[in-house]
Amino acid sequence: MADLRCDFVGIKSPNPFWLASAPPTDKEYNVRRAFEAGWGGVVWKTLGTDPPIVNVNGPRYGAVWGADRRLLGLNNIELITDRPLDVNLREIKAVKRDYPDRAMVVSLMVPCEEEAWRAILGMVEETGADGVELNFGCPHGMSERGMGSAVGQVPEYIEMVARWCKAHTRMPVIVKLTPNITDIRYPARAAHRGGADAVSLINTVSSITGVDLDSFSPEPSIDGKGSHGGYCGPAVKPIALNMVAEIARDPETRGLPISGIGGVTTWRDAAEFIALGAGSVQVCTAAMTYGFKVVQEMIAGLEQWMDAKGHANLDAIRGRAVPNVTDWQYLNLNYVTKARIDQDVCIKCGRCYAVCEDTSHQAIAMKPGRVFEVIDAECVACNLCVNVCPVENCITMERLEAGALDERTGQVVRPEYANWTTHPNNPMARAAE
Amino acid sequence: MKLMQPADGSGVGPRTPGVAAGRLDAEALARNFDDIAPPLSDHEALVAADRCYFCYDAPCITACPTAIDIPLFIREIATGAPEAAARTIFDANILGGMCARVCPTETLCEQACVREAAEGRPVEIGRLQRYATDILMAQGEHPFSRAGATGRRVAVVGAGPAGLACAHRLAMLGHDVVIYEAKPKGGGLNEYGIAAYKTPDGFAQAELDWLLGIGGIEIRHGQALGRAVTLEGLRAEHDAVFLGMGLGGVKALGLGDLEGVRPAVEFIAELRQAEELAALPIGRRVVVVGGGMTAIDAAVQSKLLGADEVTIVYRRGRDRMAASGHEQEHALGAGVRIVSGAVPVALHGEDRLQAVECAYTRDGSAGLEVTGERFTLPADQLFVAIGQSLAGVPDGLAVEGGKIQVGAGGRTGLEGVWAGGDCTPGGEDLTVTAVAQGRDAAMDINAALTGAGAARAAE
Ligand SMILES: Cc1cc2nc3c(=O)[nH]c(=O)nc-3n(C[C@H](O)[C@H](O)[C@H](O)COP(=O)(O)OP(=O)(O)OC[C@H]3O[C@@H](n4cnc5c(N)ncnc54)[C@H](O)[C@@H]3O)c2cc1C
Ligand SMILES: Cc1cc2nc3c(=O)[nH]c(=O)nc-3n(C[C@H](O)[C@H](O)[C@H](O)COP(=O)(O)O)c2cc1C
Ligand code: SF4
Repeated sequence: MADLRCDFVGIKSPNPFWLASAPPTDKEYNVRRAFEAGWGGVVWKTLGTDPPIVNVNGPRYGAVWGADRRLLGLNNIELITDRPLDVNLREIKAVKRDYPDRAMVVSLMVPCEEEAWRAILGMVEETGADGVELNFGCPHGMSERGMGSAVGQVPEYIEMVARWCKAHTRMPVIVKLTPNITDIRYPARAAHRGGADAVSLINTVSSITGVDLDSFSPEPSIDGKGSHGGYCGPAVKPIALNMVAEIARDPETRGLPISGIGGVTTWRDAAEFIALGAGSVQVCTAAMTYGFKVVQEMIAGLEQWMDAKGHANLDAIRGRAVPNVTDWQYLNLNYVTKARIDQDVCIKCGRCYAVCEDTSHQAIAMKPGRVFEVIDAECVACNLCVNVCPVENCITMERLEAGALDERTGQVVRPEYANWTTHPNNPMARAAE
Repeated sequence: MKLMQPADGSGVGPRTPGVAAGRLDAEALARNFDDIAPPLSDHEALVAADRCYFCYDAPCITACPTAIDIPLFIREIATGAPEAAARTIFDANILGGMCARVCPTETLCEQACVREAAEGRPVEIGRLQRYATDILMAQGEHPFSRAGATGRRVAVVGAGPAGLACAHRLAMLGHDVVIYEAKPKGGGLNEYGIAAYKTPDGFAQAELDWLLGIGGIEIRHGQALGRAVTLEGLRAEHDAVFLGMGLGGVKALGLGDLEGVRPAVEFIAELRQAEELAALPIGRRVVVVGGGMTAIDAAVQSKLLGADEVTIVYRRGRDRMAASGHEQEHALGAGVRIVSGAVPVALHGEDRLQAVECAYTRDGSAGLEVTGERFTLPADQLFVAIGQSLAGVPDGLAVEGGKIQVGAGGRTGLEGVWAGGDCTPGGEDLTVTAVAQGRDAAMDINAALTGAGAARAAE
């Protein structure tokens, strides 16, 4: 049986599944039940200074749904914890005492003053917590007060606060990044320079989930008005994966531990984050959609896959995909594929035909009897037909071996790797050595 | 199948001998004749609609005789615009509401659905169609308006699906229509034939009223062609005539007359018009002869009225029955017995039917042969459902295979006379086929009346 034990910057947990800082971790009652359900750790809902903030008293969440009202994206305008600091600290201490084997990280957000950070760090240390996460990510509400993403969007502030925190605590410091920036590498480098032990990402993406077409109010609507919220859930996973990968492969931050967050809903999502370099993963929306029990599927699925592939422990998979993330300019232009339609499983819906004919390269022929066939002389291998086909593995991409004729270009497929940097159409091309 | 309980108190129940009314109590009857496929809720409709793949050149459209743009209307439902969906349906088929209830979708659109091929579970097109049409019809307003008046007058004979579809399209195109209908109510077999549980709560009349909301259509009842009016008279007074009188006659068994023996369509019409089902007499043992939808409906409804034993006798194998597999299953599920490969050869009884003697058949060199192997079914009633026939064809019309011969667009051999629906060949005898033929004839009539057809021919 694969070993799922996780050691993230010295913070140990029986598995890499942590609950992200959010409502699921906002009180003792929740966290105890989460641990009973099997979660490896939690990042406690972000603490601030007293008096506690207040939340809106109308809807906090908006959503985007797929088929059968499956929740694909969630948006929130909730702020950090609205409970008194001492209550949270007392509860953190009690839970950590009863669950010493679980990761207990405490999320923090206080004004950008050294003294404020020093004070709260001392109080957290007192609870026996394993580490702190600096919330530089909330894109709504707190940012208007100079905190959250207002800090996370200025690399200099990130570096400064990280440095203060490192100076004032012996606990590992994780910096939680906001995705609401243009290039995630800058804030990550800043955290690294400030001495942070790790980064976690992503926090939520600024968003409006919809507009009520009767009242013309953005959703969620508070008395006819709306404010942008933070988007999370399955819809943001691709954005998060890319940001994690960018940090993992950036020469300046390579090796910096990453806690992957954003749309983790199944074991597979988690495995992908880990393969792109995440040391642990954090989950919020999946728990808020299905309850704490989902972690059992995540654990079982990850174990089963690791066993099937012979991966003994998390070290065996962590970062395995990172070397394969590259720049576009280095992709092999001599890798030529063609779409292939398996007539035995084709159900003749014609979606591939509609999209290729209308929006791509007119590379699918519709023959009598609704038989759909790829015209190799036109197929550019874009993959669109594969993506819209409702039957898995009905359309696949087949590689043309070296020496085969690509009927579209009229050229023989060459065996060697060749990319844009040496392509004759590239004005900046360097001669291949 | 639905529960059946003997009537309380009266002492009459399914096993009461002879022919008796009130075999089931009112509650059981109400349950039995309730909507067989209840409407989808909003959420069910969204889930069902989401299963549609929006196929290219969708096979379901081809399989629908009226060629409704099914993927489009389903997408309209899925995106929360059911009224637009209903418009899409009614554009092609003004009786889309009835068709949603009565079409044998398992042999039409849903059979062609790619998900039927893929997983044996098609998109529920019929129920989605009902969902959308119910919503728009409940709003009361008629969704179409008429084009400017053309001053042309068209006579339509028969207010069944064919006649109504034709009349509606003509009215929409600006022509004035008079429907000459023999019966006191319009709707044709929608009102007098279709199984009660497919179209409960007076839907046929409600749909008719809604359809007439277009304006420009007058229905004259008690105006049978051949009795009250003649084809010559109609031709003289109108710019065109459409014949949609269905099949008024019934084929007889030819085994003599005996009380308790009657055409199935007559029994069904009586049932459809009954004020109170508990007052409708039904035999303890009922035999139905035939293999089509009428036979199934007569048998199932006999059972639902409380008959104890109901048997369908069909002359060939079950795979040859005109009723679809789905309908056969429905009958079997209701407790009806299907005896295939047999024909009635003699009726027994003194003053009324007591038993039906049957013989097994086999496929011989000269077609179906009756063997000497016989059996007898005790029976209080025998419903004959071996086909309807054309009744009273006006002079001058060519008849082919018992139906009025028509060419493209429903044109008959007589100048200015069109025909469609069950009284013409082509397609199956289904509501939806009748609608398609009525609509297409209207387009052809319009082309003839407005010269568009002539102009096109000249091009
Ligand atoms: C018992 C039964 C069950 C059926 N179930 C289904 C089903 O579930 N699904 C399905 O798709 N189809 C079903 N059908 C078939 C369907 O009802 C017919 O195909 C359809 O009604 C044909 O429409 P129509 O307009 O051609 O004829 P009809 O519906 O028969 O309408 C003809 C109209 O013309 C009138 N008429 C007749 N003669 C004259 C005259 N001389 N002068 C003036 N008016 C006249 C009639 O009174 C009637 O109103 C069923 C048929 C029967 C008999
Ligand atoms: C209602 C809600 C409240 C949140 N509050 C916080 C918070 O207080 N501090 C924080 O760092 N992140 C907060 N988050 C962000 C989550 O921790 C997490 O980064 C984000 O939801 C992405 O993960 P997911 O896709 O698994 O939900 C919140 C998210 C939600 C949905
Ligand atoms: S891969 Fe792209 S170009 Fe090729 S057949 Fe599919 S859709 Fe057309």
